Amino acid sequence: MSEKVKTWPGVELSAKEFYGKVTSVKFRPEAKFSWSAGEAMSRFLMELKEGRLIARTCRKCKRILFPPRMFCEECFRPTDAWTYVKDTGTIETYSISYIDLDAKRITDPVYVGVVSVDGASPKMGLMHFFGGVTPETIRIGMRVKAVWKPPAQREGSVLDIVHWRPLKEGEG
Amino acid sequence: MRKVACIGAGMTLFRRRLLETGKEMCWEAARMALDSAGLTIDDVDAVVFGSAPDAFDGIHMKGENLLDGCGGVGKPYVRVFTGGGTAVFSPIAGYWHVASGAFDCVLVVNEEKMSSCQPHPQSVFGHIWDPILDRPLKPNLVWIFAMEMNRYMTVHKVRYEDVAAVAVKNKRNAVAHPCAQLADPNITVDDVKNSEMMAWPVRRLDISPPSDGASALVIASEDFVRKRKVESPVWFSGVGWCIDTTMWTDRDLYFPEYLARAAKMAYKQARIDDPRKQIDFAEPYDPFDYKELHHMEGLGLCKKGEAPVLTREGVTQRDGDLPTCPSGGLLGVGNPIAATMGIKVGELYWQLSGQAGKRQIPHEIHTGVTNAWGDLMQFSSVVVMRA
Repeated sequence: MSEKVKTWPGVELSAKEFYGKVTSVKFRPEAKFSWSAGEAMSRFLMELKEGRLIARTCRKCKRILFPPRMFCEECFRPTDAWTYVKDTGTIETYSISYIDLDAKRITDPVYVGVVSVDGASPKMGLMHFFGGVTPETIRIGMRVKAVWKPPAQREGSVLDIVHWRPLKEGEG
Repeated sequence: MRKVACIGAGMTLFRRRLLETGKEMCWEAARMALDSAGLTIDDVDAVVFGSAPDAFDGIHMKGENLLDGCGGVGKPYVRVFTGGGTAVFSPIAGYWHVASGAFDCVLVVNEEKMSSCQPHPQSVFGHIWDPILDRPLKPNLVWIFAMEMNRYMTVHKVRYEDVAAVAVKNKRNAVAHPCAQLADPNITVDDVKNSEMMAWPVRRLDISPPSDGASALVIASEDFVRKRKVESPVWFSGVGWCIDTTMWTDRDLYFPEYLARAAKMAYKQARIDDPRKQIDFAEPYDPFDYKELHHMEGLGLCKKGEAPVLTREGVTQRDGDLPTCPSGGLLGVGNPIAATMGIKVGELYWQLSGQAGKRQIPHEIHTGVTNAWGDLMQFSSVVVMRA
């Protein structure tokens, strides 16, 4: 019982002890993975290679689903048709990251966030990078446009879009 | 359904690195919980185990690997997993084992040992993302918290200082917790504000630390409580859980709708229609400081956007009108993911049975609520308990 307990179990190790003194065993997994992109995502990736964004429509809930999927998770029925959406959108939220995948520190920060895409149902979008912005200029609600890699360099990946830049006056 | 009580709890220290293996940590926590209930493993009918991704340990079939330490040998034993939500979800699984009438006494053990993962447990979080849409961007898990925090702060015009005040409160509360990893009696909002920027707007002290730790609960039926003349049982009044779509870029992150639904389920069972009035204290899940605010709103303990105001006014301090995270929370005690059961449901048990020692809320309390949150920002589990 909390107030009656005199000693709580657990022996703390310092980093020095953990990596030095204490007996430990190491193992590095060699597993590699290869994923089939599936029905909806294969088409989505092929369209990215062509510099286009594609969605699926659900006749029942009337949503334009982006990213596309072969069934509507709300109506729980097959989606009905393919439809292109625009490569412009709105920043729903963002972060300016000073750490990489492994939590290592990076000096050039990464601008990353969620873009809701024009032509899809409200709030539907994807996570991506932003460019041509500074900590002072980027904001939620900012209108942005995709900057595509040159066609020859595209390989059917979300990285076929380099980043999303602020929409210029008169655009979109 | 039968009435169900928590009748004992135990936990290890929460530390960046512990000498003990996961199995040894489970054994220590389980033994402490059984001792506190005055029981032995022979009194236990079934065991529930909870832990987050196997990849932290690099041991798949982790439930089986830790089984012996959990006291599950020769008994009905099951592992449950809902990411970070496991901290409050495995007690719910323990609850339904007993409420259903299938078992009279169940031991629930949760464990996390994050120090085994090199060079940093953060690397493993890279494996939770969608391989096609998200992973090519090489995401860090802190990103999604940063994006959610920014959305929440922008929609409600929340000042960073009011978010940082949560980290200060919890790290100060943790001074009274004997297992705490990051307690600090002197921390200020300026310390949080000046700590290293990780992913704007998230700074280092906005985040709970990775930890090693284990915790355990003993859960029993009303019959068992009566027959064994158990002192100070704490009753499960309501449980709820809910999950939203994994397509997280299709949701507005400013409000956790799935939590509101989970809370609705728990409150209906607990006959709560005005949570702010009928609930005396809360242990909202606080892996990041803004999450406590987000969760207070999802739990209906205040209006949307009002949690920062309550924090600023001192309402959520241990001696305030609605103490939140009197344990010190994940921010102060540490974040061995599933094992934070010990400072969520465990703290409700210790507070409501008057055993919280230096952490005891100084005024009379009857009802507490706690939640945990997990998977890809989409799941919440809720437990309401009464003395």
